[in-house]
Amino acid sequence: MAETTAHAAVHHAPPQGFIRKYIFSIDHKVIGIQYTTLSLVAAFIGMVLSWAMRIHLAWPNAHIPILGWLSPNGAPGGVMTPEYYLSLMTMHGTIMAFFVLTAAPMAGYGNFMLPIQVGAADMAFPRLNMASFWVTFIGFLLACATFFIPDGPPLSGWTAYAPLSAVGSVAGPGQGWGQNLWGLSIALFCVASLLGSLNFIVTTLDLRTKGMKLSRMALSTWAWFINAWVSLLAFAVLLPTCLLLVLDRLAGTSFFIPGGLVFNDQLQPHSGGSPLLFQHLFWFFGHPEVYIIILPAFGIVSHIMPTFIRKPLVGGWKVITFAEIAVGTLSFVVWGHHMFVSGMSPYMAMVFSVPTLFITIPSVIAVLVWVFSLYGANIRFDTPLLYSLGFISLFITGGIGGFFLAQPSTDSYLHATSFVVGHFHFTMGLSAIFATFAGFYYWFPKMFGRMLNEKLGKLHFWLSFIGVYCVFITMQLTGMTGAVRRYSALVDDFMVPLLPAYRFMTIAALLLGAAQLIFLYNAIWSRFKGPKAPDNPWGATTLEWDTTSPPPFDNFGGRQLIVYHGPMQYDGEKSEMQTSPAPSIAGT
Amino acid sequence: MATTIPEPPRISDRLRDYSGNGGKNWIPAAGNARVLQDRRFNPAQTGIWVALAAITMSFAALTSALVVRQGVSVGWGHITLPPILFSNTFVLLASSVTLEFARRRVTSYARGIESNKAVPMGWLAATLFLGLLFIAGQYTAWLQLKSQGLYLATNTNSSFFYLFTGVHAAHILGGLLGLVYVMSKLHRSVLRRSTFAACAQYWHFMDALWLYLLLLLWTRI
Repeated sequence: MAETTAHAAVHHAPPQGFIRKYIFSIDHKVIGIQYTTLSLVAAFIGMVLSWAMRIHLAWPNAHIPILGWLSPNGAPGGVMTPEYYLSLMTMHGTIMAFFVLTAAPMAGYGNFMLPIQVGAADMAFPRLNMASFWVTFIGFLLACATFFIPDGPPLSGWTAYAPLSAVGSVAGPGQGWGQNLWGLSIALFCVASLLGSLNFIVTTLDLRTKGMKLSRMALSTWAWFINAWVSLLAFAVLLPTCLLLVLDRLAGTSFFIPGGLVFNDQLQPHSGGSPLLFQHLFWFFGHPEVYIIILPAFGIVSHIMPTFIRKPLVGGWKVITFAEIAVGTLSFVVWGHHMFVSGMSPYMAMVFSVPTLFITIPSVIAVLVWVFSLYGANIRFDTPLLYSLGFISLFITGGIGGFFLAQPSTDSYLHATSFVVGHFHFTMGLSAIFATFAGFYYWFPKMFGRMLNEKLGKLHFWLSFIGVYCVFITMQLTGMTGAVRRYSALVDDFMVPLLPAYRFMTIAALLLGAAQLIFLYNAIWSRFKGPKAPDNPWGATTLEWDTTSPPPFDNFGGRQLIVYHGPMQYDGEKSEMQTSPAPSIAGT
Repeated sequence: MATTIPEPPRISDRLRDYSGNGGKNWIPAAGNARVLQDRRFNPAQTGIWVALAAITMSFAALTSALVVRQGVSVGWGHITLPPILFSNTFVLLASSVTLEFARRRVTSYARGIESNKAVPMGWLAATLFLGLLFIAGQYTAWLQLKSQGLYLATNTNSSFFYLFTGVHAAHILGGLLGLVYVMSKLHRSVLRRSTFAACAQYWHFMDALWLYLLLLLWTRI
C-alpha cells in the first residue's frame, strides 16, 4: 500500500468553511500566500525601523513622536537614546534576515510553486507544512512583542554575540526579557525552518510526477531543493546554539560567559565560558544563512530569465545548478571570515580566507551564465525581467565589495565600518528583495488570477533601483572614509563632515520607502480589479503555467501528468522558444 | 515484505496517477502493488532520514561545543558517570531487539499467517515499556548526580552531561510518541508498513546515538 502511503496525506479533501480554507489551511498554496503576506508585513515593519534609525543618524535631535509613545525610556520625548538605536538596529536585522529574506523567497513562493512545478498535488506532509507556518507566525509575534515590554527590544544585534546577549538584564536595556523573547522567537523560527526544509526535500524527492526526472525540474525547484538542504543543516546548528544561550541566561551555566567578567560594576557569577565559541556556532549557521537567503533568489532569476529572453540559459540546467550546489556546499566552510577581527588566530583567518575567495568562483559562474544568456536574445522587458536584471546588477555590485572583505588585511580596516553594511545590503538584502519582487511580478497572475499593472510595475522598478543605489553606494563610500557602523550619531571629529552624505542617504531611503507604496497600491488594486490573467500570460514552459490561474485545489484538476522533457530542452528543429509548457501532458 | 494491512492493498486510479519519484516506480496497468511497495521509497521513511540528518547535525554542533569549551577550560575535571547509565544502555539496546521482533510479528499478522493481533501488540508494548524504563533510568542517573551536589550549573562537565542526556531523552520521548502512534494504528488495523519502518528507523538511530553519546561522555566528561 505504498502508493496510498505516499499520497494519503496528499489527497486531502478540499476544505470546508472559512477557517479551514484560509486560516488553518493545509493547502500548500494558501500556506505560500500566508508566508508571503507575513513577509510583506515584516518587511514593512523592518523598513519603518530603518527609517527611524536613518532619521536619527541624519538629525540626531529629531523628535519621532511614535517612538516616544512606544518606549518612554528608550526614546524620551521621541528622541532615541543610543541604546534604543541599537535595539531598533537589532530588530531591523532580525526581522529582515529571518522573517523577510529567509521566509519570502523560500517558504512563500516555494510552498506555492514547488509542488506544482514537480507535478504533485501538495507537499509531502501538509499538516507539518501548516505547523511550520503557524510556528513562524508565533515566532514573529514574539519578536514584535519585544517592542511592547517595558525594557524594549534587545540591543545585541541580530547576531546576539555573547557575552553581551548571555548575561541578562545587567548588560543594558532590553537584555532582560527582550533578549529572552528574542531567543525564543529565533528558536521557534529554527523549528519552523527545519520542518519546512524537510517538507521541501521530501516533496522534491518523492512526489515528482511521471517523467519528472531531476534533469527536467524547473530551475527554481532546483534552487529550493538545494536550499532546503543548506537550511536544514544550518538551522539544526542554530537551534542548539539558542538552547545554550538560553541556558546561560536562565539556568546559570557558563557555556559562553568567561570568568571574572564585570558588567556595570557587577562581577558575573560565571567561569570559563568562551565567547568565541558562540561566534563559531552562530556563524556556522550565519554564513550558510546568507546563502539560504540568496540561493532561492538565484533560482527565481534563473527560472524567470529564459521566459523573457526567449532562449535557454547558457549551459542549460547543469551549469547554473552545479554552481548553486557548489555555493551551498562551500557556504559551510567559510564562516570564520566573519571573525577576522574577533581575536581568532590569524592563521585560522588565512584558512577561512581561501574558501571565501573560492566561493566567488561558482557565484561568478552564475552571474556569467545570466549575463551571457542575454547575448543574442530576443528580450522582452517586462517587469519580472527588469527586476531579475536589477538583481544581477545589485549582486555584482555587492559581490565586488566582497573581494575586499574576504581578505583579512583589508577587512581589518573595513570590518566595523558602514562599508560592510552597504556590502551585505547589496549582495544579500536587496538582491534577494529584488528577486522576490521579480517572483512577485512573475507569479502574481498564477497566485491570484489577476494581472498586475505593467506601467506601475516599471515605475516601481526604476524608482527602487535608483533609490537603492543612492542609499547603499553612499553607505559604502562613507564606510571607506571610516564611518563606524552601529554608532547612533556622528560623534568623532573626522566623521562630522559626513553629515551631508548621511542626510542624502536618509532622504533617499525615505523616498525609496515611499516608492514601495506604488507596489502596495498595484498589488492591492490588481488583486481585486486587475484584468483577469490567462493560464500562461508570459509564454512560459514550466508546469505551473499548465494549469488554471489560480490553480484548482489539487493543482491540475485531476489530470494525469507525464513529462517528456525539461523546460529548457526544445526541439532541435525549432530554434524559437516554445510558448507553452514544454512538458507534455497526456490526456485527462 | 508485505503490507501490514490485512486486506489486499487497493489503489484507486486517481492515486495511481501520482507515482512520485519521477515515475521510476510507476505502477504498471495491471500492476501488483505488493511488488511496488517493497522497493519504493516513501515520504514517511524519506522524511525520517532527512530529520535524522538534521538531528545528527545538532548533536555534531553540541559535540564541537564540548570540544571547544573543554579546550579553553582551565582545570577541566572529570565526573564519574553514574553506573546506572550502563544498565540503561542495555535496556535501550533490548528495546531495539523487541522492536525487530514486533516487526516480524506485524508482518506475519499482515500476511495472514498470524491471526492474533495481540502478539505483535505485545512486542510493541514491550518496546514501549523498555523505552519508558530507559527514561526512568536516566532520571535516576540525574538524581544520583544531584545527590553528589552536581547540578546543571555546577561546572562545565555537569552542564554538558545534563545537556546531552536531556536532549537525547527528549528525542527518546518523541520516539515513544511514535511507538504509541504505531500501536494505535495497529489496534485499528490500519498500520502501514512504511509507518512502522519510519518509526523503527528513528528508534534504532536513537540507540546508536546513545552509544555515541555514552562514549563521548565517558571519555570527555
